[in-house]
Amino acid sequence: MSPERIDAYPTRAIAGYGVRAGNPLPFGATAVPGGINFSVYSDRATRMWLVLFRPGEAEPAAELEFPAEFRIGSVFAMTVFGLDPETVEYGFRADGPFDPAHGDRFDPSRVLTDPYARTIAGRDVWGAEPDRDRLCPYRSRLVPDDFDWGDDAPPGIPTEDLVVYELHVRGFTCHPSSGVSAPGTYAGLREKIPYLRELGVNCVELMPVFEFDEHDNPRTDPVTGEPLLDYWGYNTVGFFAPKAGYAATGRFGMQADEFKSLVKDLHTAGIEVVLDVVFNHTAEGNEQGPTLSFRGLDNATYYMLTPDGDYYNFSGTGNTVNCNHPVVRDFVLNCLRHWVAQYHVDGFRFDLAAILDRAPDGTPLANPPLLEQLAHDPVLRHCKLIAEAWDAAGLYEVGSFPSYGRFAEWNGKYRDAVRRFLKGDPATVGELATRIVGSPDLYTGRGTAASVNFVTAHDGFTLHDLVTYNDKHNEANGEAGRDGANDNHSWNCGAEGPTDDPEILRLRTRQMKNALALLLTSHGVPMLLAGDEMARTQRGNNNTYCQDNELSWLDWSLLDANAGLHRFVRSLIAFRHAHPVLRSAAHPTCGVSWHGVRAGEPDWSAGCRLLAVTFAQGDERIHLAANAHWEAHELELPAPAPGTSWHLVADTSAEPPHDINPPTAETTLAVPDRYRIGPRSTVILLARPTT
Amino acid sequence: MPLTVTVSTTGQAATIDLTGELDAASAPAFHDTIEQAAAAGVRELVIRAHRLTYMASAGLRSLVFARQKLGDDVRITVLGAIAPVARTIRQAGFDCSVTLVDA
Repeated sequence: MSPERIDAYPTRAIAGYGVRAGNPLPFGATAVPGGINFSVYSDRATRMWLVLFRPGEAEPAAELEFPAEFRIGSVFAMTVFGLDPETVEYGFRADGPFDPAHGDRFDPSRVLTDPYARTIAGRDVWGAEPDRDRLCPYRSRLVPDDFDWGDDAPPGIPTEDLVVYELHVRGFTCHPSSGVSAPGTYAGLREKIPYLRELGVNCVELMPVFEFDEHDNPRTDPVTGEPLLDYWGYNTVGFFAPKAGYAATGRFGMQADEFKSLVKDLHTAGIEVVLDVVFNHTAEGNEQGPTLSFRGLDNATYYMLTPDGDYYNFSGTGNTVNCNHPVVRDFVLNCLRHWVAQYHVDGFRFDLAAILDRAPDGTPLANPPLLEQLAHDPVLRHCKLIAEAWDAAGLYEVGSFPSYGRFAEWNGKYRDAVRRFLKGDPATVGELATRIVGSPDLYTGRGTAASVNFVTAHDGFTLHDLVTYNDKHNEANGEAGRDGANDNHSWNCGAEGPTDDPEILRLRTRQMKNALALLLTSHGVPMLLAGDEMARTQRGNNNTYCQDNELSWLDWSLLDANAGLHRFVRSLIAFRHAHPVLRSAAHPTCGVSWHGVRAGEPDWSAGCRLLAVTFAQGDERIHLAANAHWEAHELELPAPAPGTSWHLVADTSAEPPHDINPPTAETTLAVPDRYRIGPRSTVILLARPTT
Repeated sequence: MPLTVTVSTTGQAATIDLTGELDAASAPAFHDTIEQAAAAGVRELVIRAHRLTYMASAGLRSLVFARQKLGDDVRITVLGAIAPVARTIRQAGFDCSVTLVDA
């Protein structure tokens, strides 16, 4: 029999509970022999209470003030005995000065959420009406570390080999057509893993899954007057807690297990998991917002404040997290380590990441300590780190984000270059050329994997809408059309919105295929927006953050309606996986030759709308020709390697199934050294041994 | 309805019958029988669940406890769980740890 631990005994009683001085680290609540250790940081609080709740009860079961001698430095730490880690809910009450001009906003009437809460009770079922008067609306809970991971290991796919698929957990299966047993949940997404495998993507990037409150939106539907929700979830309430409302088992408090099961099964399918994480702001908003956690615990530490104590608003949402404060740096680092160690996620995409390199006074730093720390952290060492390298205050760092050799970037310049070329803008061929070889102008020395290429993402038009609308149509968001981007570089192909004109419909389909063909043959990491492979529409809304309805949800019946497009995408992904020449980690140099209508004679003039390129690596040759001109052209083809001839992989001007040939079934050309490329079309050729 | 736990052992197989509600209050009794089975070195555990009317999160955790207590080479079957219980086990992903069998 092992001896009883000496630290498993209380030294005194508070409010009927046996307690002893706790351990300041780790922060948050940790099960220890006989009880739970609670630890919370506050530099400026004068008093702190632990508030205990029984599940489902409105009033606290007990409030235990941390004795002054239980404070070590700026950390209040106490072990409480006799609590069940599986059922206890808790919060903190902090007292201190209310002096906004000096950064302090303590409010002891509030019971605050633990920043380190492993799960949060209060938003267990998506959409359930919140009780605004409830004391501590987001109650902190622990998570048992007993999940059966089996032999789970990260797939460890080289970044340049990824095909990323960005999706919203709820929207992916919420539509009745999804056919899953638990629509809109982690379990529902788990049922769709076979679909993802068949499509060929090997990384899912999940829009925010940290706990948030979907009711955090003051706006109403301008037609029905019904409240609009925060559907996307970029207003975090609990950074360590998986969104319970995304779990079919959230009402049982099993969201952590359900999410872990999802990750485990995705790994088994060879698919990595990247989380979209939001460290730039919180759900507390500006000084008008609610006091939920950071503000009441230590406002001046957690938020960037002006010299007058107001909130800097580099995020466009009212507050800005003070990411380069040493305490906050540790918080971010611990949070990411938690998701890697406890949930086995494979990487992170940082929302408005430019904020992560601002100093506490907002100044952009050349060597931001947070980013350096993340880049070199041993636990995160093999994670994918992806920056959205801009913020809402004009700091745009695409190509200049402090990467420390680790961070990739959402390449917004790739998106814009492809869009402008495809719609036929003049003077776009040169930039397109730079973008499709991995943007060496932006990522010299960092390689192609630094560039996450995309044409569409959750922010903005879907691919279908990019070729269907010239202008955004965001009226349903209740902001009189003021929200959402205006510079979309979109083109409706001749009519705004839905049309019966068969010519326009054909052109739109061709334009979607053109975009996808460029994306999936470009150097860099391609990212698809979920549903683009079946022409998902948001009816022209380019900012559906508040649309928890069929405008956002993926309608799976589109899979049949647009089977040809889906087949095209699936085949293109397979083509990319089959040909390493498209996925070199280094920027291609000597293996690239440029062409125009005539082989070896690219036309870089402003009036040109045609570009062709041959990628060569070893014995592999792939020829890509993109024609954004409204007329067809007779292309002269470069000579392939001796003993080989050009075979047709894809031609977006052809109707399915002739628009793309499956691997090894590429067809020979009628004339070996020429090919007629149609108006606004893209052609992919592969050199294969002449038979 | 309080939980009733009965256990019987035949050779290297143990069968646990659960009747009533498996929740935080009753889970320790279930754990005790699992520990007994583990101590007896059984190779197979059958949890007869058709009279189990409710399983709270603590009950779900008990399945994880059983898996980890008995080890990977012991087959654990949950037999005859009513639809809501079986669905919750599947959604949480615990069907990877135990085998669900209809009655």
